[in-house]
Amino acid sequence: MPDKRISEDDVVAELRDGMTIGIGGWGSRRKPMSLVRAIARSSLRDLTIVSYGGPDVGLLCATGKVERVVYAFVSLDSIPLEPHFRVARQTGAVSTLELDEGMFLLGLQAAAWRVPFLPTRVGLGSDVVDRQPEIRTVVSPYDDGEELVAAPALRLDAALVHMHRGDAGGNGQYLNVDPYFDDLFCMAADRRFMSVEQVQETEDLRGNGPLQTLKINRLMTDGIVEAPFGAHFTECVPDYPRDEAFQKEYAGSAKSADAWVAWRTKYLDCGGHDEYRKVVGL
Amino acid sequence: MSSASGLVTRAEYCVIAVAECFRGDGEILANPIGTIPMIGGRLARASFEPDLVMTDGEATFVTGPYPVGPTDVVKVVEAWNPYRSMFDVVWSGRRHVMMGASQIDRFGNQNFAFVGSWDQPKAQLLGFRGAPGNTIQNTTSYWVPNHSPKVFVTKVDVVSGVGYDRAAALGPEASRFHEIRRVVTNLGVLDFDTPDHTMRLRSTHPGVTVDEIVAATGFDLVVPEDVGVTRDPSPDELELIQETIDPHDLRGQEVPTP
Repeated sequence: MPDKRISEDDVVAELRDGMTIGIGGWGSRRKPMSLVRAIARSSLRDLTIVSYGGPDVGLLCATGKVERVVYAFVSLDSIPLEPHFRVARQTGAVSTLELDEGMFLLGLQAAAWRVPFLPTRVGLGSDVVDRQPEIRTVVSPYDDGEELVAAPALRLDAALVHMHRGDAGGNGQYLNVDPYFDDLFCMAADRRFMSVEQVQETEDLRGNGPLQTLKINRLMTDGIVEAPFGAHFTECVPDYPRDEAFQKEYAGSAKSADAWVAWRTKYLDCGGHDEYRKVVGL
Repeated sequence: MSSASGLVTRAEYCVIAVAECFRGDGEILANPIGTIPMIGGRLARASFEPDLVMTDGEATFVTGPYPVGPTDVVKVVEAWNPYRSMFDVVWSGRRHVMMGASQIDRFGNQNFAFVGSWDQPKAQLLGFRGAPGNTIQNTTSYWVPNHSPKVFVTKVDVVSGVGYDRAAALGPEASRFHEIRRVVTNLGVLDFDTPDHTMRLRSTHPGVTVDEIVAATGFDLVVPEDVGVTRDPSPDELELIQETIDPHDLRGQEVPTP
């Protein structure tokens, strides 16, 4: 088994301007925030971000990394609308591909299975199809002849996900109630990077939870980053809940340029994940 | 406390109107989103629609009734339903969702994605979320706590949820699972039981006049000659609402007594 352990900076070194990057998790839940912050601090630009969006999208928009967002929602859950993403949209700073949540799943699945699209009824009659020429329809070749939406494959240059546990070979395990779509993000991507709360010996993973929790296998990953509190401030139960007070402070930083500079100086410019943990007190 | 005492609040009429949306649904996933929708859905299951399946809002189906908001009541899990499985439920049609609407037109086209232009909206809202798939794949109702001409508009800025005119234009195959059943608001109940599926006033909540609703609607609403009145809760239903499902009166915070 190979040893795929790397650092956040190693991951950033694998990325290039203009790449399409998929980010796992859901809303403000189990987001690979230490990797996201590493990108936010880098010189990368013009990225397309594909995400069931939360503060990952907002933070990368606020730091000017994003050209396009492929999304169905961007939410902080307890704060329904992501304020930095709203600013980016309302100032026209980013373009978007608007998708239905389920169409997004089909796009990842199509990319993972290496087909150009998957057929669905989802999107018919809505402006997702009617006002976005890049989303097209297909006619069933069978006797029904039904016209369906061809949900386009969401092929990713890179995927970033955060799991609870993993091993040096790049197997990963989730311990909360929902795997989200992290395995699909990995399978849809050319380069796959997973942060974990803790790297363990392979034989110790099985004891953490039922067999089904071993959702990410090492065929799906190229690099693993050990990042305790790597999802902070998003939810990563059972290891830690969402840091609501911190999230409120983050959301407040979208209110003015001064507030953003102050937040950025304190929590981003402080340095890498170890420094961040010290500043936050994790 | 009985209805005859005159102590039924506007919010409680809203709850009853929501619950009635799910009447006859049987063993499907009732998926009301929002405070009063959740109270209404749980009331329906606790009273006249006992086979309904409901989520905890995250990754499980739970039995009930249990209170809305923070609670010590232990929820009994009956099944695992992570986000990925939710699409299986939606796309197989075994669900009736009640969503919100920032804008809705007379055919039931709904918008909660954003307001203004596509490239630079005046207000970015939720995004399309699951609205396109919900409306084309399973039964949908809407909850509007602030019935006004800003919500009930002649034309929505963006169509996230598909209305009857657009569904009809798709043809009978593509639209065969489309149903917008009701729109429940703080003032009354609307449906689409008209020959061309344009929105119709079904009932007014007690204390609200037809004229008030017409004035609060930004398009020509179909008003039948004998508009109904939203029914009273039974004493048992009122007790379920007040004691079991919403003991902290979150409903009254969402729809205050006028």
